[in-house]
Amino acid sequence: MAVPLEIIKISETVWELPASFRKGMRVPARIYATEKLLKEMDETVFEQAANVAKLPGILKYSYCMPDGHWGYGFPIGGVAAMDAETGVISPGGIGFDINCGMRLVATNLTHDQVQPHLTDLVDRLFQQIPCGVGGKGFIKISKNEFRRVVEQGAPWCVSQGYGWQEDLERTEEGGCMAGADVSKVSEHAIERGFHQLGTLGSGNHYLEIQVAKPENIFDKDLAARFGITKPDQIVVMFHCGSRGFGHQVATDYLQIFLKVMKNKYGLDVQDRELACAPFHSPEGQDYFKAMKCAVNMAFANRQVILHRIREVFAEIFGKTPQELGMHQIYDVAHNIAKLEEHMIDGKKRKVIVHRKGSTRAFGPGMEGIPGIYRETGQPVIIGGSMETGSYLLAGVEGSKETFCSTAHGSGRTMSRRKAREMFRGRQLQDDMRARGIYVHTASYAGLAEEAGSAYKSIDDVTTATEMAGISRRVARFVPIGNVKG
Amino acid sequence: MPYHYLDDVATADIAFEACGQSKEEMFIAAADALMNVMVEDLATITERLWREVAVEAETFEMLLFQFLQELIYYKDAEQLLLRVARMRFKEHKGMWMVTARAYGEMLDPGKHPLNVDVKAVTMHQFSVSEDQGQWRARVVLDI
Repeated sequence: MAVPLEIIKISETVWELPASFRKGMRVPARIYATEKLLKEMDETVFEQAANVAKLPGILKYSYCMPDGHWGYGFPIGGVAAMDAETGVISPGGIGFDINCGMRLVATNLTHDQVQPHLTDLVDRLFQQIPCGVGGKGFIKISKNEFRRVVEQGAPWCVSQGYGWQEDLERTEEGGCMAGADVSKVSEHAIERGFHQLGTLGSGNHYLEIQVAKPENIFDKDLAARFGITKPDQIVVMFHCGSRGFGHQVATDYLQIFLKVMKNKYGLDVQDRELACAPFHSPEGQDYFKAMKCAVNMAFANRQVILHRIREVFAEIFGKTPQELGMHQIYDVAHNIAKLEEHMIDGKKRKVIVHRKGSTRAFGPGMEGIPGIYRETGQPVIIGGSMETGSYLLAGVEGSKETFCSTAHGSGRTMSRRKAREMFRGRQLQDDMRARGIYVHTASYAGLAEEAGSAYKSIDDVTTATEMAGISRRVARFVPIGNVKG
Repeated sequence: MPYHYLDDVATADIAFEACGQSKEEMFIAAADALMNVMVEDLATITERLWREVAVEAETFEMLLFQFLQELIYYKDAEQLLLRVARMRFKEHKGMWMVTARAYGEMLDPGKHPLNVDVKAVTMHQFSVSEDQGQWRARVVLDI
């Protein structure tokens, strides 16, 4: 067991490492997990949560969500809010895949209606939405057009006919973070990115056809408010980010921060991946503006992919996407930094919230969520492994405890190499087919790496978030079709 | 083997150690290790075109970092899969430089057995060391 002896149990789902755990910690670290999930966490999670607690300007606690596992600088599942005036911004708190996130779309189809067409549907989606290594997107644009896309985000896509106006309202930030400045982005990043608009990526990125079985609806009214209205309703969920563009932005600024943080700002961190700069420094502000470009590119990427999904469904079922009820439910980011206002010790404060493998979970009434969800709290989409399924949850009032953040996924427990030793891609595909899940993959080795046993239980993770009072389960979706890069 | 993957270092991603009897050998091993994460069989990469890859950095360690990043850049910007050869190293006024001939071709899913995409080289446990003429690099890649 890797859990440090110094850990203090605050409640069934909150565990604290005091500031005395490691020299230099400015605040305690708090791990949100059941005892079972806590014991499954690798020891690096605790060290990383402690390292994050040392960052200047950090407020309240360095958090780790129930799906926590080790990452670069921050643990995956890491949340940290810094004072916007005096604190730092750290690219490691956002990750290389800036605005990696999830989008969920409803249909008015049922499992029975889709099953006879499932193979054709999945095969066609695989054909129409590029995935895998490298990959050129189906949106052909020039570098200059791409520069516009990264400043304008998903609204650019809708203005070009890729999607519906309502999609923007149902996307975090309306699909565009204001203040994106493409002049803060390197030419290398533009060159890596402009061919990739409309690509899924690979690894743990995917597109899934899922069923909402009646026995998996936790709150019928809330599910209906989110667009889940009939038994065995079919939804589509997909997971991808900012592709090479965002990865390059992250890499570029990690280098810039490493160069200036000690000599210019007197900052010293043990882990180079925790490189940081004062939020209000030129470098900090430049990174934030460049990060927003990557955020917008990911929203645009998911927007055009949604458009393609609608086209494919229309083709296969012979009806328009409107007739098929293909309304977007929501789109969430889980690798991002946001300037938000939160109450701390009775005072409203501007903070820079880092969510690294963590989803925003605004509760009912909170500013910043669309009008349609103001009463319910925002939808939260948490993806599981390709074998187990995923969840739709809602943000709750209690999430204020974690700067309105919750988990984002399952979290890996087995290394990619080990998964490849244990599983054979083709066998796995056959096994899943026998269990009613058809996967079309670009790589069998990649498929083996994504075996369900390589991940924590998504049921454990989402239950833990509900027990902790930071989000609540609305519906569980079971996969029947999957496109993997 | 000039390179091998490390099971216990990275759960969600891939880590490797590359070795060589010279700086050049180690760089080539590291480049192959990177490419081998994305392409199951490096022998399927035919020499159809070449690129001159030139990078610089303030330390020799960061030179390898920049070099591997450049190969990732070519994979995305030009959809190229590259093997490297003929490296030239230079140190001048506190800066390290390397130029290499990189040979390869455009990515083709029909020809190249593709595995998983590499997003970036990370700084996690990144190290380059030399011991009695044996060069060694440890790299963790974000997948």
